[in-house]
Parts: sequence; structure tokens; C-alpha cells
Amino acid sequence: MILAWALDFAILAIAVAVALCLWRLLRGPEITDRVLALDTLYINAVALAVLLGLRLNTLLLFEAALIIAMLGFVSTVALGRYLARGDVIE
Amino acid sequence: MSTGIESLPLWVQVPAAMLLVVGGLFALVGAVGMVRFGDFFMRLHAPTKASTLGVGGVLLASLLVSWARGQPGLHELLITLFLFVTAPVSANLMGMAALHLRVPSHAPLPPGQPQE
Repeated sequence: MILAWALDFAILAIAVAVALCLWRLLRGPEITDRVLALDTLYINAVALAVLLGLRLNTLLLFEAALIIAMLGFVSTVALGRYLARGDVIE
Repeated sequence: MSTGIESLPLWVQVPAAMLLVVGGLFALVGAVGMVRFGDFFMRLHAPTKASTLGVGGVLLASLLVSWARGQPGLHELLITLFLFVTAPVSANLMGMAALHLRVPSHAPLPPGQPQE
């Protein structure tokens, strides 16, 4: 009972956080703000996938969360290198 | 509805619920900080610390639930380890990119420095 309530609360909080990240992603005055918003967005997506995996009682979404975490980190590194150096791999 | 969660004992449900609430609040605080702060270098603070802690809380709760079910919880451990290793690296890269692009900062110069 209490765990189901806390799961719903956490899903709601993370959903609001995702919405705020999207706002910063669309608004962001600098390009680095948008990259930061993408980074936070994938971290929140990992949390959302884990919470939905608990809610729906499936192990499949944990694999999805792992893949989102890895690809999100690689994409952030690629974007940061591109902004700082002008290319990703020299 | 959530079938497996309700049958867990109370001493698992209460700490897991507390971790979930705290984690959700921290993630929310991180996102609010990213929206509300003034310039990029301030904004870099909020998500990199608070959101990582929030996801850590959520993953710890998930780890607790899977241990109570008798599963090893390898996925949660892997995700936690990976996120906690990679979050400072990506924040450092974004900071270096912002310094390279000369993103404007509202922070005052430290005292004792010659003013331009």
C-alpha cells in the first residue's frame, strides 16, 4: 500500500522533472544549456524506466534503463567533445 | 496494477517507500534548479548533483525490492555504478565546452583580483 503510493509519487515527481528538462531544452539560451538539459533528461529517463519496471513488475525495462544510461553518456561525451574541440574523434 | 509489490513485508516496503519519495524529490529539485538558476555555470550545479542523488535513491529502492524478492539485483547495481561514474565525467566535459565557447557568467570576480 505505502510502497504503491510512493511509487506513484516518485513517477509523478520524475515526470515533472522531465517536463522541466524539456522546457530548458527548448528554451536554453546557450548550446551548452541544451546539452545539459539532454544529460539531465536521460538521467531522469533512466529513473522513469526503473520506476515503471517496478510498477509493471517486469524485468525487461531494467535492460532498457541500462541501455539508456550507456547511450546517454556516450552522446553527452560526443556532444561535449564536439563543442570543445570541433570534432568528436581526431 | 502492481501485483508483486503489495505482498512484500512491511520492513521492506517502508524503507523502499522513503527512498522513493526522497529520490523523486531530489530529482525534482535538480530539474527546478536547472530551470531557475541564472547562468550556465550555476545551472551545471543542480542536475549533476541533485539528479544523480535522486536517481541513486530510486535505484536503491529498486535494489531493496529485488533483494526482498530473492533476486540478485544485478541490473540496479550496474546502473547505479555506471551513473555514479559517468555523471562527473559528463559534467566536466560540459564545463570545459562552456569555457571553450566563452559562455557568459554572472559570477563576480574573486576579491583581491585586479578589476578589468
